[in-house]
Amino acid sequence: MPNSATAGGFLLVLAIVLPVTGVLLSLVLGGRHAERVVLILMPAGLAVALAIAIEVWRSHNVLQYFVGNWDPPLGVAFRADGLSAAMLVATALLVCGIGLFARGQFTSPGQAERRAPLVFWTLLPAVWGALNAVFIGGDLFNLYVALELLTFAAVPLVSLDGRAETIAAALRYLLFALFGSILYLLAAVLFYGAYGTLDIVLLSGRIRAEPVAWAAISLMTAGLLAKAALYPFHLWLPPAHAGAPAPASAILSGLVVKAPFFLVIRLWFDIMPRMPEPAAAQVLGILGGAAILFGSIVALRQARLKLLIAYSTVAQIGYLFLMLPLALTPEIGHPWSTFAWTGGILQAISHAFAKAAMFMAAGLIAEGIGHDRITDLAGIGRALPMTVFAFALGGVSLMGLPPSGGFIAKAMLLTAAVAEGQWWWAVIVLIGGLLAGGYVFLVLARALADPIEPLRLLTTIPPSRQAVVLVLALCAVVLGIVPLRPSELLQIGRPDIAVAGFR
Amino acid sequence: MSGSTAYGLCSAALVGLGLFGLIVHPEPLRKTLAFNVIGGGVFLLFGVVARRGAAAGFGGDPVPQALVITGLVVAFAATALTVGLLLRLFQEAGRANLRSDE
Repeated sequence: MPNSATAGGFLLVLAIVLPVTGVLLSLVLGGRHAERVVLILMPAGLAVALAIAIEVWRSHNVLQYFVGNWDPPLGVAFRADGLSAAMLVATALLVCGIGLFARGQFTSPGQAERRAPLVFWTLLPAVWGALNAVFIGGDLFNLYVALELLTFAAVPLVSLDGRAETIAAALRYLLFALFGSILYLLAAVLFYGAYGTLDIVLLSGRIRAEPVAWAAISLMTAGLLAKAALYPFHLWLPPAHAGAPAPASAILSGLVVKAPFFLVIRLWFDIMPRMPEPAAAQVLGILGGAAILFGSIVALRQARLKLLIAYSTVAQIGYLFLMLPLALTPEIGHPWSTFAWTGGILQAISHAFAKAAMFMAAGLIAEGIGHDRITDLAGIGRALPMTVFAFALGGVSLMGLPPSGGFIAKAMLLTAAVAEGQWWWAVIVLIGGLLAGGYVFLVLARALADPIEPLRLLTTIPPSRQAVVLVLALCAVVLGIVPLRPSELLQIGRPDIAVAGFR
Repeated sequence: MSGSTAYGLCSAALVGLGLFGLIVHPEPLRKTLAFNVIGGGVFLLFGVVARRGAAAGFGGDPVPQALVITGLVVAFAATALTVGLLLRLFQEAGRANLRSDE
């Protein structure tokens, strides 16, 4: 890894500065202009994310920038490896899709300023900037600030409509998130006290297997789990994600919960690669397995579509944590370990697209018929065919059917589980897939049924909004068709894990 | 017992007290106060770490002190957001707890 800032380092600064400028401009210019600011920001931010990915791919190295030219440990580093680049691009694509979709819901055409659109269009770039800061942060304290910014931007999105139950959901989310942050901060102090640095690269060279390191790692992991809503910390997620307006749910479920997961990956694979602890990884795997079973079964019992999708998020987050016991084997660098790692990351990205598409499809259905009761969906398949098709495509990825991104991700986890002789995880993956098939089918069977009396939509849903949802769902599918080149990108800058399985 | 050990124990006690309050009190306002007590403990620990890192003629390592200032700002913002949401919940629903929903 180079010890100085790299040529493309300024791109990393742009990835944070652009969205933050958008937030400030929206605040200054006011409600009617906030939407326009975001619409200008979206292509610019996407271009920056793509430029970072191309630069990482071209140089086959980590992009690096030191703020104010101060080297770590005193200065703060931004770094983008292959994993960061992939997350940046996925985030930019999703934010653009969600932004285009939200234009139909949060327009402010010429009228007086209204609260919900202003807050939405101000917080969308805020979430984007905070996510980018998490993905390229190279310093644990800076990452703490980024995580807090993300929480403060995400919590008000839950209560955009201002009803009492959504405010209560936002408050519960905030309390869980603050609990997570305080544990994270405590761990950061312990790291600094023991090793004199919070820079990820320096820390990975200094850390040793000793009590203070284990205390810090446990505290930090527990804090991140609370923010990632891994079972048993999932209590806040369903009411918060289901109560938010559809575009906000898509951001929260698709992207926001992935940031703490991303930091768990940084902690377990980048900071402590030389001290694998299979027993601890098994515990996280067990929580992931419990999340899959619990989330899927509760999803099957939901009466409302948005709650069903929210519980499905609880289950799909479980898959992410299955990669820890599979990739943190004692002989790290083994091809199967890389296989499981890549599967976990692909699951994070394909779930982001699939879940965003499903939440927005549910939002369109609710706009069309005025409710989202699953039992009364009959006829919607004929009224909104494109939307229901997008929902089904998202479901295909959740179930892990080929050729979707979810299929490749789950197949990689499954193969690694069988090859490493940890067959119990393979069983969980298969059961989870069956249960996901169950709850997706439950919705589709109702949606495609013939209604007793012809269904009439309350409003016409413009095809352009349906098309955005379909494109995002297609992204989740396309990930499964072109998986190998992205997975090679993901390996760039990995500290220890050999890439033997791919070359 | 040296000064930094005493302060370290104080910070552990504050974190413990805060965690206790967080777990036993269901009211969001009390939980918010508990977060602030834990936060006080964590910031005190930053001070202990700064003191232990004293070198090169300084009375303390300046980096943790800089981190504490940022941490205080974040903690203040978090408290303000929680109280704001809580006030709004009270205006909308006439209650300031999370019990009776769902």
